Amino acid sequence: MELNLLFLPLISFIISGVFGKYIGDRISEIISSLLVSISAVLALLIFYDVIIQGYENNIVIASWINSGSLNVNWSIKVDAVSAVMLVVVTLISSLVHIYSIGYMSHDQHKPRFMAYLSLFTFAMLTLVTSDNFLQLFFGWEGVGLCSYFLIGFWYKKDTANTAAIKAFVVNRVGDFGFALGIFLIFYLFGTVNYDEVFQQVPQILNNELIFFGISLNSIDLICILLFIGAMGKSAQILLHTWLPDAMEGPTPVSALIHAATMVTAGVFLVVRCSPIFEYSQLTLNIITFVGMSTAFFAATVALVQNDIKKIIAYSTCSQLGYMFFAAGVGAYNVAMFHLFTHAFFKALLFLGSGSVIHSFKNEQNINEMGGIWRKLPYTWILMIIGTLALTGFPFFSGFYSKDAIIEYAYLRGNTAGYYAVIVGIFTALLTSIYSWRLIFKTFHGTYNNQKLKIDTMHESPLVMLVPLVILAIGAIFAGYFFKELFIGHSSSNYFWTDSIKFLIPLSSDHPPLWIIYITPIIVVLSIPFSYYLFVKNKSITNWLINENKPLYNFLVNKWYFDELYDYLFVKPSKKVGIFFWKNVDIKIIDKFGPDGISNLIKIFSNKAVKFQSGFIYQYAFIMLIGFSAILTYLILI
Amino acid sequence: MIDIGLSHYLTLGAIIFTIGVVGIFLNRKNIIVILMSIELILLAVNINLVSFSIFLNNLTGQIFTLFILTVAAAEAAIGLAIIVVYYRNSGTIRIEEINNLKG
Repeated sequence: MELNLLFLPLISFIISGVFGKYIGDRISEIISSLLVSISAVLALLIFYDVIIQGYENNIVIASWINSGSLNVNWSIKVDAVSAVMLVVVTLISSLVHIYSIGYMSHDQHKPRFMAYLSLFTFAMLTLVTSDNFLQLFFGWEGVGLCSYFLIGFWYKKDTANTAAIKAFVVNRVGDFGFALGIFLIFYLFGTVNYDEVFQQVPQILNNELIFFGISLNSIDLICILLFIGAMGKSAQILLHTWLPDAMEGPTPVSALIHAATMVTAGVFLVVRCSPIFEYSQLTLNIITFVGMSTAFFAATVALVQNDIKKIIAYSTCSQLGYMFFAAGVGAYNVAMFHLFTHAFFKALLFLGSGSVIHSFKNEQNINEMGGIWRKLPYTWILMIIGTLALTGFPFFSGFYSKDAIIEYAYLRGNTAGYYAVIVGIFTALLTSIYSWRLIFKTFHGTYNNQKLKIDTMHESPLVMLVPLVILAIGAIFAGYFFKELFIGHSSSNYFWTDSIKFLIPLSSDHPPLWIIYITPIIVVLSIPFSYYLFVKNKSITNWLINENKPLYNFLVNKWYFDELYDYLFVKPSKKVGIFFWKNVDIKIIDKFGPDGISNLIKIFSNKAVKFQSGFIYQYAFIMLIGFSAILTYLILI
Repeated sequence: MIDIGLSHYLTLGAIIFTIGVVGIFLNRKNIIVILMSIELILLAVNINLVSFSIFLNNLTGQIFTLFILTVAAAEAAIGLAIIVVYYRNSGTIRIEEINNLKG
């Protein structure tokens, strides 16, 4: 069952990638959707087993590396954490596959698109099912590669190519830290298998390492390095710049990779390594801090963006921040829960916005939309469900997970926790405002598009709506159904068991009532507030913008991160590159290397050519000289 | 009167030989001159052979000379034939214009 689950997407990749040309668009779409859907069903079965029987398994497929003390296997590890990830990955992936049939209907390269999606699914599955850090790294790079392919899928667009390269390069920074972390783990533990590493962690608690002349606790160092990897993949602040640009890819890709699965790999890594992270309070505080900064930063930026997908991208970034600070305060199960519910409503929002974009013939600016809720009634309702779930409207899935994060941050009881609560609540307010701004600007108010007549608007085909409906069901009910299982007080005993380690058992106290009530109240109140702000009386927003021009520009330009990086890293490295290219490469290496030798040969051969004048008398003269020289030589000897 | 001996004959042969050789590469005019220079070289050799044959009282050298003369005649005929054919093809036998071997 696990083998089929893992390899069906790979088979789907091979079929539509290699034979896509011969079997045609429609068949490769159907085959890949079917195979990935089968794997989603298998994942659900496994998830059911894990819930009911506490099923755990570690299937070794093959031995990968056997070199000295380094023994690495290809394996499928199934436990609670990976079962949750399996469900998220395969379910969202299969829905996205089906949705793409409709969304990409006007594209020329459908089999290639399907193949990349399937390959991504396979890489993501190897990532979540690995039982060692090396296979994790393989999956990690595999999903990065597929993300690169898919962001740059429309390779004739320059912006798509640069965005793809940016995503790849920024991820390299994180991966560098991650790889160093793995090296350090192997150096200290002599193995990279989770079980053996986690067992030995308590033995090296006081081990210190000299790193750049600073003596550091080795556990802290490992955790920080691993977290740098997680920051890169999960687009946390400082390494987040690639995620908004990644929206250049087709919308199903954004839904699958840049909302539901790949970007949550960082959270998964932290949760998976909880047995190490639990021993490093320093890193946990850093994670909390980074998580809440990201949540706040991304929410403020999302307030003023005008690209429908960029708003959702920043929202994703912000929600990932929530997951990290949940993990940072030690509530790994809550982080997993938010990851789980977030996958549904964020994929729903992305695919819904894809449906809007599809109707507007690739228009993404929300100022060019408006007033179309009657024309796209299903999309409108589904988007509203997604928004309610995202903002944490009572009894939608986001409500349970986001409130739980804030509660556990409060219950943690340290300074970082309290800060996280304040930032968390404020960010929830911002989340609510920007999400409703998106809805109101897109669906309500007046119709603002000049290019298309409103009568030409039409609802997306059924093949796009059905996945949305399934996701909407998840967005509504996933929180309610799974809250006991994921974050109930006994969940760590009988659902998570060994897969997550809690050094300090999660507090079973109840937080004060105001903590529980404040977020839902804010969220509910912000709906009429945003309606007034963005539909009824736009002059207030305009007035706010004009009064706070510097702040507005600061937010529109995404806190100037791109400009800062451009100034700090991109331009200097370009200058260094140009220097080496013009001076070292051209003037030294080429001049004396290949160009020098070829010039030398040219000069000599030009000289040699002059001997061949074609005049017989000169040849005869030279023959004579040669002949006499030989004769003289022979005579003298 | 000086006695004309072997050395004089050999000197004559050497002079004729040198004239022939120099004639090949100093001449800028005509390909026929080259042919004539080659004949001169052959003649120089013949003079050497004849003078040695008398000096050594051995007839072999003189017989050889006859052979060489025959061969030289045949060669001259062939050479002239080639020149005629060449002239037909390229319209010139001026040395400066014959440089098809140029690389």
